[in-house]
Amino acid sequence: MNPDFLTTARPISRLIQELNKLPGIGPKTAQRLAYHLLQAPPERSRDLADAVLGIKENLKLCTICLNITDTDPCGLCADETRDVTKVCVVEEPIDILPLERTRKFRGLYHVLHGVISPSDGIKPEDLRIRELLERLNRTGITEVILATNPNVEGEATSMYIQRLISPLGIRVTRLARGLPFGGDLEYADDVTLSRALEGRQEM
Amino acid sequence: MTSRVYQTAGIIIKRHKFGEADRLLTLFTADFGKVRAIAKGAMRPGSKLGGNVELLTHSQLMLARGRNLDIVTQAQAIDIFLPIRDSLELMSCGFYLSELVDTFTEENVEDREMFDLFLNTLRELAEAGEGERILRYFELRLLNHLGYRPQLGKCANCSRLLLPEVNYFSPAQGGVLCRECGYPDMGARTISVNALKVLRFWLRSDFATASRVKLSIELTTEIKSLMREHIRYILEKQLKSIEWMDTLADGGHLNGDMAADQL
Ligand SMILES: [Zn+2]
Ligand SMILES: [Zn+2]
Repeated sequence: MNPDFLTTARPISRLIQELNKLPGIGPKTAQRLAYHLLQAPPERSRDLADAVLGIKENLKLCTICLNITDTDPCGLCADETRDVTKVCVVEEPIDILPLERTRKFRGLYHVLHGVISPSDGIKPEDLRIRELLERLNRTGITEVILATNPNVEGEATSMYIQRLISPLGIRVTRLARGLPFGGDLEYADDVTLSRALEGRQEM
Repeated sequence: MTSRVYQTAGIIIKRHKFGEADRLLTLFTADFGKVRAIAKGAMRPGSKLGGNVELLTHSQLMLARGRNLDIVTQAQAIDIFLPIRDSLELMSCGFYLSELVDTFTEENVEDREMFDLFLNTLRELAEAGEGERILRYFELRLLNHLGYRPQLGKCANCSRLLLPEVNYFSPAQGGVLCRECGYPDMGARTISVNALKVLRFWLRSDFATASRVKLSIELTTEIKSLMREHIRYILEKQLKSIEWMDTLADGGHLNGDMAADQL
């Protein structure tokens, strides 16, 4: 088959286009993946399609920590070996993964789903801060660890939450500032994150 | 195609995620005015750009002209204004200042005076540790510089000399109105003698001189709402960061009902 003919075939160029929209996948890789699927047995495509659709159909937010989950409560909240007196506040569900990889933290999480960003019009009400405060009132949490990204919005959000929590008499800590300023938690390496967790400080 | 490389100092006034780890920056530069540029890989830890292209950082930048957007090839922070980052109030002032600069300026129009004003304001903010007065002074200087200076000497309607009494202020008329003209004007509000004096004084003062004025809480509030109305009239919209600053000034309660059931 002539590859030029194939690239212009509509179903393939559509697949290439879609793959190309994914993070980390450039046009070359998208092309390679598309051709790989074309030559693979049909089950391969079906399984992939099912998996892709499955993440939208079967996932919801954990009613306790607001992490993305297929069970409610999520695996972390349901795990009885976790320390229920500590809660680590993160911006996005994806931020839980690198923290879990460090194996240094055995408490629970709370996902804000964003950060305060005044010039983008993102206000505290747009985040899951209210849920956090309600959780603190309801449960026996004694320490809140703020793990927002080490950039201006992340720090503003942490300072704001700290201000709301401090009257409750709960210990508030934040990740140490060993993390590179202006970066993004998602991309931090495990060593840096381990140190940051160990070196968390009083706010 | 050869890309031209240029150097300038600049302040990062806006930045957005761009692709996976890149940032789309809006810079206010000393030599080229407002410029938009990509900082590649800036969000990866260990990136040499990282903290040097963080919001409200004053950096020395090396840029390459691209087809659509310029690319930041090197950045070295000159001043990160640490006290601003350590305070929620000052950082909020910083958010507001950058939104103000971004909204009032066009891309690629060189404006050194604006750059200096902005930079000096950030320095003042970091040093003074208190924002309101500095924001008001900046607003006034900015309007003055961009040709929106409010008329403060004579009545903006009948040109009569203003008496030392409560007068009126009308954003639509572009300044202060005498009692005769202001009273029947529905779009006008009162302005106290002291507020008028402060604004006049600031218009002819540099930062150091302007900072000698100590404002009472009432006067601070009056000048703030006056300037806010004026800017809102010019821009025909309210800046987004204002709502946040009000939330903070209000004690930072979520929708106002948090205090009662939380404390
Ligand atoms: Zn959960
Ligand atoms: Zn008049």
